[in-house]
Amino acid sequence: MITKEEVGHVAHLARLHFSEEEQDKFTSQLNDILTYIDKLNQVDTAGIPPTTHAISLNNAFREDVVKESIGRDLALTNAPDEKGSCFRVPKVIE
Amino acid sequence: MELSRLTIHELQEMIKKGETTSSDIVESVFKRIDAVEDKVRSYITLLRDSALEEAQQADREIKKGNIKTLSGIPIAVKDIMCTRGVRTTCGSRILHNYVPPYDSTVVMKLREAGAIFVGKANMDEFAMGSSTETSYFEITKNPWDLERIPGGSSGGSAAAVAADECIASLGSDTGGSIRQPAALCGVVGLKPTYGRVSRFGLIAFASSLDQIGPFTKDVEDCAILMNLIAGHDPMDSTSVPTSVPDYREYLSRGIAGWTVGIPKEYFIEGIDPEVSGAIEKAIKEIEGLGAKCIEVSLPHTDYCVAAYYIVAPAEASSNLARYDGVRYGLRSESGEGEDLLEMYKRTRSEGFGAEVKRRIMIGTYALSSGYYDAYYKKASQVRTLIKRDFEESFKKCDVILTPTTPTPAFKIGEKTDDPLQMYLSDIFTLSANLAGIPGISVPCGYTKAGLPIGLQLLAGHFEEGKLIQIASAYEKHSKTEKRRPEI
Amino acid sequence: MEYEPVIGLEVHAQLLTETKIFCSCSTKFGAAPNSHTCPICLGMPGVLPVMNRKVVEYTIKMALATHCRINGENSFARKNYFYPDLPKGYQISQYAYPLAEDGYVDVETNGEKKRIGITRIHMEEDAGKLVHDENSPSSYVNLNRAGVPLIEIVSEPDMRNTEEAADYLRRLHEILVYLEICDGNMEEGSFRCDANISLRPKGEDKFGTRAELKNMNSFRNVQRALEYEIKRQQYILESGGEVVQETRLWDDSQGVTHSMRGKEEAHDYRYFPDPDLIPIVISGEWIEKVRETLPELPLAKRERFVREYDIPPYDAGVLTASRNLADYYEETVRLCGRPKIASNWVMGDVLGHLNEEKREIKDCTVRPPALAEMIKLIEDGTISGKIAKEVFEDMYKSGRSPKEIIEEKGLVQITDEDTLQKAIEEVLEASPSQVEQYKGGKDKLFGYFVGQVMKATRGKANPKLVNELLKKMLAD
Repeated sequence: MITKEEVGHVAHLARLHFSEEEQDKFTSQLNDILTYIDKLNQVDTAGIPPTTHAISLNNAFREDVVKESIGRDLALTNAPDEKGSCFRVPKVIE
Repeated sequence: MELSRLTIHELQEMIKKGETTSSDIVESVFKRIDAVEDKVRSYITLLRDSALEEAQQADREIKKGNIKTLSGIPIAVKDIMCTRGVRTTCGSRILHNYVPPYDSTVVMKLREAGAIFVGKANMDEFAMGSSTETSYFEITKNPWDLERIPGGSSGGSAAAVAADECIASLGSDTGGSIRQPAALCGVVGLKPTYGRVSRFGLIAFASSLDQIGPFTKDVEDCAILMNLIAGHDPMDSTSVPTSVPDYREYLSRGIAGWTVGIPKEYFIEGIDPEVSGAIEKAIKEIEGLGAKCIEVSLPHTDYCVAAYYIVAPAEASSNLARYDGVRYGLRSESGEGEDLLEMYKRTRSEGFGAEVKRRIMIGTYALSSGYYDAYYKKASQVRTLIKRDFEESFKKCDVILTPTTPTPAFKIGEKTDDPLQMYLSDIFTLSANLAGIPGISVPCGYTKAGLPIGLQLLAGHFEEGKLIQIASAYEKHSKTEKRRPEI
Repeated sequence: MEYEPVIGLEVHAQLLTETKIFCSCSTKFGAAPNSHTCPICLGMPGVLPVMNRKVVEYTIKMALATHCRINGENSFARKNYFYPDLPKGYQISQYAYPLAEDGYVDVETNGEKKRIGITRIHMEEDAGKLVHDENSPSSYVNLNRAGVPLIEIVSEPDMRNTEEAADYLRRLHEILVYLEICDGNMEEGSFRCDANISLRPKGEDKFGTRAELKNMNSFRNVQRALEYEIKRQQYILESGGEVVQETRLWDDSQGVTHSMRGKEEAHDYRYFPDPDLIPIVISGEWIEKVRETLPELPLAKRERFVREYDIPPYDAGVLTASRNLADYYEETVRLCGRPKIASNWVMGDVLGHLNEEKREIKDCTVRPPALAEMIKLIEDGTISGKIAKEVFEDMYKSGRSPKEIIEEKGLVQITDEDTLQKAIEEVLEASPSQVEQYKGGKDKLFGYFVGQVMKATRGKANPKLVNELLKKMLAD
């Protein structure tokens, strides 16, 4: 069972914010889903390697040759806020 | 005869013979769009002006004898594929204003083949959904019954083909997002082998499961588009560097002597009797073509949904972390003195819809400290077993045949409040993504109410040719009538 | 109670490739903000990473140079966290399967040799840069650095004092620079070091609670920060307190470390295999091919210099501090055949001048052929060692050959006995009282006479000959 507090913690990790009401709803929905997913525990997976790629491939490389970048204007054209060719964000306190 | 109703190969012939022009075809398609788009809502963005202009250019080239595979043919692409200079939203508010500075590889390939882009098709937000209801922009309606969903997540791409709002389209399939809407809209949809088609420029949902594939009006068009989009791309490390056959060569070969596997686990309680009836009829017709149908077993079928709903959200939770309001897309701020953390949370909470948030939450949880082994690792191990099930079965048969969906198209709003029920509607299609194998859905009849039913065929890795071969044989010889939706 | 520090270091080194690790953007430092970016390193929707082959080769080089085991199959994982300088919301790094593990570096501290273990070396991408504006409520993101290839070299907690830590760091730095895979510039951040440090009572096996130190941008600061931290932790332990496991930032201006507590949340990076990248498989053949390109490493070179040139270990250490310097020295020796004299000149006048002007050996105007020629001129008696200093000075300033300078200034040594005899006679005649005293037993005055003769010949007299002649003439 995932608790409402855990939902709050996971939401923070994912940089999401929920109202009290939403958090209640998500907790109950996530529990339904996780309860269903618990059926995975019926499967004996001892010694079974995990699959991260359905097709086995290895060694895809690129040569170390510079290609023209897209340029600053295109890099910044979608920016919600920019100044001096930089993306501007609310102050980061270090 | 309205040109918009025809297939790629029919129009190609007419263009070659000089019987029609690209401008006529594009105009016909936009005339159709003007007539039905208000009801169907297949598109997020329409490209009328550029399409008409490109058509005139294409006609000039055609006149010079410069005819390419898709010269002058109007194609739609799901709004998950990046198009240089054309807004690409992925069905999300968070990308409502995003204009990519580059083309996805598939778009580039179609462009080079002469295709004309009609528009960007509607979809579930970030391809998360089975009904196109999670789109931020609009709900696409099923052209066969406007009160029903077209399937998803590539609902716009499927509906546009079914409603003749384009000649063919591209979609993407992470858990059935091409095959399921193809079935529900009565068109042909193919999900290629993982790695067969480049994912460069495809906005990622679950990177190890996503594949791009075509929606077409018939199997021949499917082969034509596959010939164009398949192949290695050095920009995608997971794209496979093996040669691609000419898929058109598989079209008229027949399937005499083939063995078709029917997995017993796919004929379960809860399948709509009209669906199972149509599939049984299709099995008989396939046997009539000289194939032998045998029962096979895919023992881990019952765990596909559970494994999928860990693996896909886990990858998605990471893939969607880049939407943070810094470099592109929506930024939401309350104003004075807000700090970075608040900006992040506000942007993401306002930019993503409920289903996307739900999956980000599941995925974040499944990867978080203390839960990784129990969820992500476990699901990845079960994935191995699912893959092995198919490998075992394909030792005994050429292809596997199943229904594409357990039911025909459901009503709009019917499952929106019950995410788990929605997830279970993908029960027959998810396994192919987990195993990385190709799958095709072809129409195999209608319910009494007139809703299309789809037949799914699955093959081993890189055996799209076999799928086209059997689907084409079935399409040609099946006695199932071909209807058109009345909108 | 006596406490023993336990120190482990994590070094991040930027690799000297032309392009970034996963895209073809230039890695050049100092470009206009965001001009070296593309959809891939900007983390735009839909893009995919493709691995730079050279990054693998450079990392194999470092692994071989530090005696690591190279994992035949290694792969990338995503480290998930939000920060404005991290475009994708995750960093592509290696986690469960790094390229190399279980190596070591030998250090020598205060004459004592020690082997420092290397836990792992892995590849990853750098983040961008965040610039803060004190006068506005904003920060600014420049992504030119995002995606520049890094290797992270993690040591075992094998160091027991700050000198060892500093030595280990210098050796690592030296190897990276020797391999020409990193420019080693600490101020520009191409060589960065974090430290883990804890204290334990001497004799105790168990480790104490550690602090992680960051933000030290010079060798000196690493040592200072560790020294400060040892005192801080010792104070806490001695007053009965407990050290808190945390990250602390070194403050150079105040010479203290500050806790980041409160500003840094407990991280949960949610590592998982990156589905966009496929495993890297390194064959034995590939490893051997890279091994063939390895230069002689600093330690081996040092030992060879001592053996081959019969110079003291200290000299060998100085002369092998960089590959260019060692090559300079060896070339000089090859041309003049006098290793010890060459070593004195390189360590003395050559490095003296360069250090004073903060220049590097490759920029030295006196090239090995000229230096070797000058040494030969001393050896064959054409010039004296003293004159040589003057000649070198001119060579360094003008870049001219020693012969040219000697000829022009008339600096050739006087070896003609008659000429010298005459000069000595004049000196002796001019100093009758000193001659008397000398003959009376004041031997020390011999030096005075030599000096006077040198002065009279403006330094050009052959000192050996002057000595011989003087002795003979004073004995008369």
